[in-house]
Amino acid sequence: MPIPVITIAAADAPKSGCAAGSCGSTDKQMSHLPEHIRQKVFNHPCYSEEAHHYFARMHVAVAPACNIQCNYCNRKYDCANESRPGVVSELHHPLQAVKKVLAVAANIPQMTVLGIAGPGDPLANPSRTFETFRMLSEQAPDIKLCVSTNGLSLPENIEELTKYNIDHVTITINCVDPDVGAQIYPWIFWKNKRIKGREAAAILIEQQQKGLEMLVAKGILVKVNSVMIPGVNDKHLEEVSKIVKAKGAFLHNVMPLISEAEHGTYYGLTGQRGPTHEELQTLQDACAGDMNMMRHCRQCRADAVGMLGEDRGAEFTMDKIEAMDINYPEAMKMRAGVHAAINAELEAKRLAKENKVQVVSIQGLKKKKSARPVLMAVATKGSGLINEHFGHASEFLIYEASSEGVRFIGHRKTKPYCEGGDTCGDGESALDTTLRVLAGCEVVLCSKVGYEPWGPLQAAGIQPNGEHAMETIEDAILKVYEEMREAGKLDTKADEQQKVA
Amino acid sequence: MALEIIESCTNCWACMSLCPSKAIYEAKPHFLIDPNKCNECSGDFEDSQCASICPIEGAILNEDGVPLNPPGSLTCIPVHRLAA
Repeated sequence: MPIPVITIAAADAPKSGCAAGSCGSTDKQMSHLPEHIRQKVFNHPCYSEEAHHYFARMHVAVAPACNIQCNYCNRKYDCANESRPGVVSELHHPLQAVKKVLAVAANIPQMTVLGIAGPGDPLANPSRTFETFRMLSEQAPDIKLCVSTNGLSLPENIEELTKYNIDHVTITINCVDPDVGAQIYPWIFWKNKRIKGREAAAILIEQQQKGLEMLVAKGILVKVNSVMIPGVNDKHLEEVSKIVKAKGAFLHNVMPLISEAEHGTYYGLTGQRGPTHEELQTLQDACAGDMNMMRHCRQCRADAVGMLGEDRGAEFTMDKIEAMDINYPEAMKMRAGVHAAINAELEAKRLAKENKVQVVSIQGLKKKKSARPVLMAVATKGSGLINEHFGHASEFLIYEASSEGVRFIGHRKTKPYCEGGDTCGDGESALDTTLRVLAGCEVVLCSKVGYEPWGPLQAAGIQPNGEHAMETIEDAILKVYEEMREAGKLDTKADEQQKVA
Repeated sequence: MALEIIESCTNCWACMSLCPSKAIYEAKPHFLIDPNKCNECSGDFEDSQCASICPIEGAILNEDGVPLNPPGSLTCIPVHRLAA
């Protein structure tokens, strides 16, 4: 009967459909998920945008062999200075890998997830992969196990996968059309033969889709990764997104192609470019109409350790681990305490947000005036706070503020402008990199920003802002957006034209 | 009649479990093929298994010293770019 009440209630309830403009937002991303899935992903940094501010992950490099070739991969993978999938410094036997996982878990209690992702394909190394999972499921039951695969050998391994408490699988699906696939995969190894061209792509696609269906039928959560390759599969990925969603994948992660010539990949050496930030975001938004999108992926190495975006692998090399004496049952108690504290913090934040959302949406109704969206960059070390110095940031999180609210767009890597102390010698060029990386952003929020970068940032149209140190990212962005609105900086072109008239 | 793994091998393990003669073994600095055991898969498979999965062009030679996967044959990278 009272229509206004119904309107407000409807606005607060989780939407069943997914508007392109709201899908990336931190809490909405989670609220779309059924409760049983939310329970599985709330502390998984790779599957939940919110979780990645609090929880850490690690990969162990036990799976060197691969059964396919991708044009963005080079199998000479031993490089300490590269940060991308398929690259590792040290290959581990399963026993070493387990020792490493226990050492990391005891030292980084926020580490909740262990993934096997390469450097080849985990399921092309089934005995090494499953031996590692088996030992970990026995010795460290508080660690989630997950695996990332190209999907070729997925159907034949699903029975085995379900034995070790693996409830997350990522499949890299770059296409559903063999003609597109033939431009991405030069060969596969299948039934004791190397197969090339379109035929190879057709087999791979069939196995991937079959594997996806079988996993969903088993109740295992599936995330789909896709590499966006401009001119090859960029148009095609919208269709991929629709199909994998229809089959039951719960999250789609469209990642940009990495193709530096010095990596020696086919794409790198033949001049295939990766997408721009804008192209990637446009595709992610287009897919978001149908699918829950992931935008916080850092495309980490097959031996990465730590929070997403950081790599503490160097602290846990095999020689250092051999010297550590880990009592895991004791460590597990300490870990449980840390996890409980984080969960309590998350729950408190969620409740606070719920209350605030109601207030904001009511106020928002009053003031709803056309205001253009604004991109803002944030320097953070985690916990969802603005807590990193501008000059120390090696990456910025990008958010879009609009009258709809705040949504997470993605991250952009840079070189830290200043490493601190007296190592600022080549700070000049690093600042140029950061200015280029932040193109399109109008504000950069950080805990502190020095005098020196202030001028160049402003000249580039990016307002430095250190006034919201230690505040929650989304709250600070909303405040700054509101200030900009009040200062008349957000008038749309139409408004300006009216004013002039 | 035996194949040979040479120094461009990256030790990825892919070939070892496929060898029907168990001729491939882990060694430093790279995997090796025992020439007394290798029969190039004759009688077992149409194609030599190690050479069919090896991702590195030129890493496996036949008994005449000729690479079974010559440069450009797997990655499709044009040979003049490979040299760079």
